[in-house]
This record gives sequence, C-alpha cells and structure tokens, in this order.
Amino acid sequence: MLDFIARRLIAIVPVLGVVAVFVFLMLRLTPGDPAAVIAGDNATSDQIAMIREKLGLTLPIWQQFGIWMGDILQGNFGESYFFKKTVAELIAQRIEPTLALAVCTLVVALSAAIPLGVIAAYKQGSILDRFVMGLSVLGFSVPSFVIGYCLIYVFAIELGWLPVQGYIRIGVDFWGFLERMVLPSTTLGVIYIALVARITRASVLEVLNEDYIRTARAKGLSNRVVLMRHALRNAAVPILTVIGIGIALLMGGAVVTESVFGLPGLGRLTVEAVLSRDFPTIQTVILLFSVVYVVVNLLIDISYTLFDPRIRY
Amino acid sequence: MIDVRKSVAALAVAVSVGGLMGAIAAPAGAQTIKAVMHSDVKILDPIWTTAYIQRNFGYMVWDTLFAMDEKFDVKPQMVDKYDVSADKLTWSFTLRDGLVWSDGKPVTSDDCIASIKRWAARDSMGQKMLGSVAGFEKVDDKTFKMKMKEPYGLVLQSLGKPSSNVPFMMPKQTAETDPNTQIKVEDVIGSGPFLFIAKEWKPGEKVVFTKNPAYKPRAEPASGLAGGKVVKVDRVEWIAMPDSQTQIAALQNGEIDMIEQPSTDLLPLLAKDKNVKLVEFNPLGNQYVMRFNQIQKPFDNAKIRHAVMVAFGQEDFLKATIGDSKYYKVCKAVFICGTPLASEEGMADVLNQNAAKAKELLKEAGYDGTPIVLLQSTDLQVLTNLAPVAKSQLEAAGFKVDMQSSDWQSVVARRVKKDAPDKGGWNLMLTSWVAADILNPVMAGFFNASCDKAMFGWPCDEQIEKMRDGYAKESDPAKQKQIAIDLQKYWVDHPTHVILGQWYQPAVLRTSLDGMMVAPAPVFWNMTKK
Repeated sequence: MLDFIARRLIAIVPVLGVVAVFVFLMLRLTPGDPAAVIAGDNATSDQIAMIREKLGLTLPIWQQFGIWMGDILQGNFGESYFFKKTVAELIAQRIEPTLALAVCTLVVALSAAIPLGVIAAYKQGSILDRFVMGLSVLGFSVPSFVIGYCLIYVFAIELGWLPVQGYIRIGVDFWGFLERMVLPSTTLGVIYIALVARITRASVLEVLNEDYIRTARAKGLSNRVVLMRHALRNAAVPILTVIGIGIALLMGGAVVTESVFGLPGLGRLTVEAVLSRDFPTIQTVILLFSVVYVVVNLLIDISYTLFDPRIRY
Repeated sequence: MIDVRKSVAALAVAVSVGGLMGAIAAPAGAQTIKAVMHSDVKILDPIWTTAYIQRNFGYMVWDTLFAMDEKFDVKPQMVDKYDVSADKLTWSFTLRDGLVWSDGKPVTSDDCIASIKRWAARDSMGQKMLGSVAGFEKVDDKTFKMKMKEPYGLVLQSLGKPSSNVPFMMPKQTAETDPNTQIKVEDVIGSGPFLFIAKEWKPGEKVVFTKNPAYKPRAEPASGLAGGKVVKVDRVEWIAMPDSQTQIAALQNGEIDMIEQPSTDLLPLLAKDKNVKLVEFNPLGNQYVMRFNQIQKPFDNAKIRHAVMVAFGQEDFLKATIGDSKYYKVCKAVFICGTPLASEEGMADVLNQNAAKAKELLKEAGYDGTPIVLLQSTDLQVLTNLAPVAKSQLEAAGFKVDMQSSDWQSVVARRVKKDAPDKGGWNLMLTSWVAADILNPVMAGFFNASCDKAMFGWPCDEQIEKMRDGYAKESDPAKQKQIAIDLQKYWVDHPTHVILGQWYQPAVLRTSLDGMMVAPAPVFWNMTKK
C-alpha cells in the first residue's frame, strides 16, 4: 500500500509539470496584456510599455517560464499583478469559502443522492424510481446559475428565509455561516446529486441481481440490512469513482456558484484573474486545482480497499 | 476514538469567540452603508492607474486642493486662499487650518508639492501644466508657490480635475514613490473624509471605510465634489458582487443599500420597486466614441475619417446599447452637452447618417476597398452592440468591414499594438468616456494629437496641438470657448475619433438612503441612512 501511495505521489510531479507548461503557454499565447489592463483606459503607450517591462513581460517566453519554475521550486508562487500581494497570501484568504462550499456540497449531495439512488434501485420501475431519474435528468440539464437564481427568488426574496449572498467565516458567526451556505451548496449539489444518484441506482441494481443477495434474503435478513450492508457496500466502488471524478465538476461549478452567491472563494479569484490577465494568480490556482484533483482521486483509490477487501495495492 | 464532549466544547468556544470577533468587526448600532460599486478594489493607488474604481477610492480617503462644483466651477477645497500675481507667473496657495493626515501629522506644503509632482508625472493634463511650471517654492508649512515659465490658463482646472487622474494630496513620503510604482497598503494615509480600514480589506470580498473623526469639512454646503464634505454615517462598505442579477436580489432583500451601476436591462424592473429609487448622480453621463488608428491605412487619410463621420448617425448606436431614450441623448457637442464648452458649431453636415454623401467622399478620397478591422468587445454589455451598428453604417457607406470579436481585455491589449491590422493590429475600436474626463481640449485624451506620445490611435496633427496649447495658455473663459469651437470645427475635417452620443447610468439606492451628491464620481459624504 505504502509503495502504491509513494508511486502515485511521485506521479503527481510529471502531471504538474505538464499542467504548468500548458497553462503558462496558454496564457502567453492567448490575446490579452496585463499591462494594458493595469494601466487603465487613459494610459499612453509609453506608460503601458513601462508597466510591461516592470512585470518582466518583455523577456523571452522561455526565460519567463524559467524564472517562474525557479521561483515555484523555492516555494515562491509569485506576486499578483493587481493585488500586490503574494499569490500564496491571496489563496490563503480565498480558500476557506471554497473549501466550505465543497464540503457542504458534498454533505448535501451525498446525503441526498445515495438514499435516492438506493431507493430508486430497490423500487425499480416504480413511480418513485421514475421520479428520481426524472429529477436526475433535470439536475443534469439545468445550468447551475439558473438553479441558483430560482433558489434565491424563492427562499431569499419571496420567503425571506435565507440571505441572497455573502460569506461569513465559520469562526466569526457559525449560524451566519450555515445560513449563507445553504443556497450555494444546494445549487452546486444539484448536478452532483443527479450524477451520484444515477450511478448509485445502476450499481445497486447490478448488485441486487447477484446470487449472494438472494442468499442473504433467503437467510431471512431484513430489506434494510440487505440493502445497506450487502448491496450498497458492494456497489460502493463505482460510486466512489464517480464522487472522485465529480470533484472536477465541483471545482468548475464553484466558479459559477461563487459568482452568483457572492462568495469570495478561489472560483471567483480565478474568474477575476482570467479577466484581468493576472498570470501568476491564474497559473498557481490552476496548479492548485490539479494537485487537489490528483490527491482526491488518490484518496478515493485508497478508500476502495475499505469497501472491497479483494482490492489490494 | 473522538471525544464528542471535547469536540462540542471546542465548537462552543469557537462559536463564542467568533461571535465576539463579529461584534468587534461591526459595532452595534453603527450606521453602515453597504454599496456594490462597478468593480472590486484591487489597486489602492489612484495616481498609478486611471481606472475609475481607484478614483472613487481616492475620493474616500484623500482630498484635493481644489474641486469642481455642481456648476463646473472650480472651488478651493484643501486650500484656504490663493492668488495669482499680476503677470500671472506666480500662483500662491495657503492651506486651510486643521488639515491632518490619518496618522495624526499635519498636512504641509511639502506634502502638496510632492503630490502635485507625482500626479503631474502620470496625468496628461498634469504633464501639460508641469510643462509651463518653472518650479515650486515652500513659503512656510501652510503656504507654497508655483512659479510659471509662462502664463497658463488651466492651473485651477488642472488642480481641480474631477476625474482620472485626480490630483489627490498625499503625505510627502508617499508622494515621493516613483510615479511608475504603486504605493503600498500601509501608505494609504489620507486627509479625506473617510479612513480606509486596511485590516478589514479583503480583495474580492469588501473594502471598509469609517468616518474620519479628524476631518475638518469646509463651512460651505457640499456641491458636486466641492464644499463641505460632511460624513453622516459611521461606516461604508464596498461589497464585491460581480453578478448583476444577484446585486438586484440583494438590494431588494435589504442586504445592500446601493448599486453604483445596475445593469441597464434591469432598470425597468427596479423602477417598479417602491423600496428602491434610481438616482442620476452624474447628469453629464458618458459619451460613446469610435477611435481611428491613424498610423494605418485607410484612416491615415483625413478625408476618409471625415467620411465615417458623415456616414454615422448617433441614434442607432444609442438605441442598440441603451434602448430607453430616458437614458441617452443624441448630442453633437464634442465637449459634452450641458457644459460651458458645449457647442454644435461645425457639426451640421456630420453625424446625420448620410451614406450617399459618405460614398462620394470615399470615392474622392480614393478608398481602395481594403477591409477595415473593427474590434468588438463582447463581454461588456454597454459596449457590445456598438460594433455591429458601426459595421452596418460603415458598410452602407461603402466600406468593407472585418469585425473581430473578443473580450474587452483582449481589445484593451490589442488597441495599443501598432502592427498592421492583418497582423494583430486594428483600424477602429469603440469605447466610452465618462463625460467628466473630456470637458475641454486638454483634458480630453482623444484630442491629444502628439503622434507617438498620444493615446492609442496615435494621431499626429500640429494644428490640433497648437490649439490645445492655445487653450491651455488662455485664461479668459470666453476666449477659451472660442478656441474650443475653432478646434471642433477643424476636428470635423480632421477627426481623431467620432462621437456617438451621450448615455446616462443611474445608481439604484434603497429609499432609506438619502443625500447622494450630484457629481462626476460617486461620493459618500452628505449621505444619510434611515
């Protein structure tokens, strides 16, 4: 197992290398000039040229890349062109809302999707099954910002139960934090619920047709025990895989959800950085997202062994 | 095994401490205005950049020597008294009593001299003024002199410039920062009506200001950006909220008090809501313009540029972008309708959408049918529809147009490229100016025709520069106006850009807010909250 983990961790290095080269080149080769953005509308060409030189953007691309990589290897992720703060500081400021959103979304999504998927499989062909699958199709089809606006209209504007937007840090006001997490995590959770509920239903259905389930039932075990202990546990591996893959959905969705609900997280930082061509920030945030994606999927791979003892690394 | 009791206790402590921290951050009963501005504050230096959000930030924490009032007159602000010598070569300024920086030190002549120098190094109007300045002389801590090489007519207009870059006064050690380097967060030390609370500044989340208890407002009533800047609330928070739909929902729900620039699409919805009101705080509004790239064919030819002016009509542009005629105005006055220099002289034969005449002019000018690269920005609602209208009117006049679309920041990057249009350069681009930035020939950046030193488009016209210099050196308002009219008449035949009409952007406020100043920039003094 340790050998497997070590190998997977080492494999992160070339993955990050490829991501770094790709992101760096993509940013330099697409149109946009941070110096022109910084200088503002009334700036002259000379002022823009001066800023470009100060930012080191007049150096050859290979040299800029070399400087950036050298800095990263020393743990220096650079300074934002706009905020005049180190990118590490910016990320530290913005990571809490995104982490909170991700965790709350996972809690909301998994606590809804897995029971719904299991019940749909158990009641295959029933109205309940069709209803759950119908909801799932809806969850896939409706863009998350539309869901967000609908939730805001109903629960914030009409009913006045929840705030429209904003974020309160968990350490400042716990209930305020929870109030502000309900709508964004439900919005982001919808697509996740749709995905996980469908996979759960398919996996449990497959397992329910296995001989050992028939045996369990023949032994006189209750439906609850058969479903939870025998069926769900054996169906867990594909569900976990989808949860892992879904992390990318979560990160992509956070960009939209954070904008709609005014959450000052990494998703919004990414959008702001892209719109203002803040190269050091974009590069580092994308590298961070890559690391998170790879590590989460490693954890998912490790967790397989908890559910299926036949899996060994 | 997790000890549940310990965890619950830890959580309870965390929540209590958190609650306490919350209480410290927002004093109970404090009158707080929560506003969503047009952009988040990322940079704190209003001299280093011309972006309007930094200008607005500047008006909160710094003050100016002079300021423009509601009637466009420049009035003393930090200055108590001033005079100019009979030969108009020596200006003397004395500061008001009791002006102090937020660190408690008094505002001095040295601070002001250094601030003027730094501002003038960045601002085009400042550069022009500094070109006529022989030197500064400190008389005492409150009085200084500005000695001119020659009489200069725009001293007060320059020092009271209302929009970017505004000559804000900063402490000497801050003002001595290289003009091409941003000042640091810890250098945001102002003598303005509000204090910037650096420890509560969270980029992407909010900027916090509190009332400056040491600020001493002028005795006169507030008018425009001049007069007594009396702060009537305890605290102002600028909340970063990029989504226009969410802004409206938050306003309707009472979570915020004001949106500086609500989306024009949503104005009819807001007009029906009895809990909010639309306030036109900037009656001068904005002006749409199309800029020529004069170093590339065919717009290096003045006749072809003039033909464009003949081909264009403003109403189509305004209808396509703003829609509701309540919020736009067809206006041929290049220095803005409703201002002292407003005039439509020389404009009778242009901007009438006369495609037939434009075709004739093009033929005479020898336009060879080379496609024109027209830049369209697609992500700013107030600009997106301008380019398709321009394309249609240009094609009606016989131009071949290649409209290239991208996001605004790509347009911003491309417009400063001098390459040929088919190699990444451009011929035409469209933008909008805040009217307060273009009130006279020196202030208006697109009239700068000093070749390489001019703004993108790089017009090179000695006659225009001569008239701008003449305007700057003239101190008689009647003569200044005549020069502006003469320039306008000349410009019609030698255009550097085309004006496409004025438009207005109301702010939306909850009815509990009152007292918003009518001014070219949104300011928060004089505002009350019920």
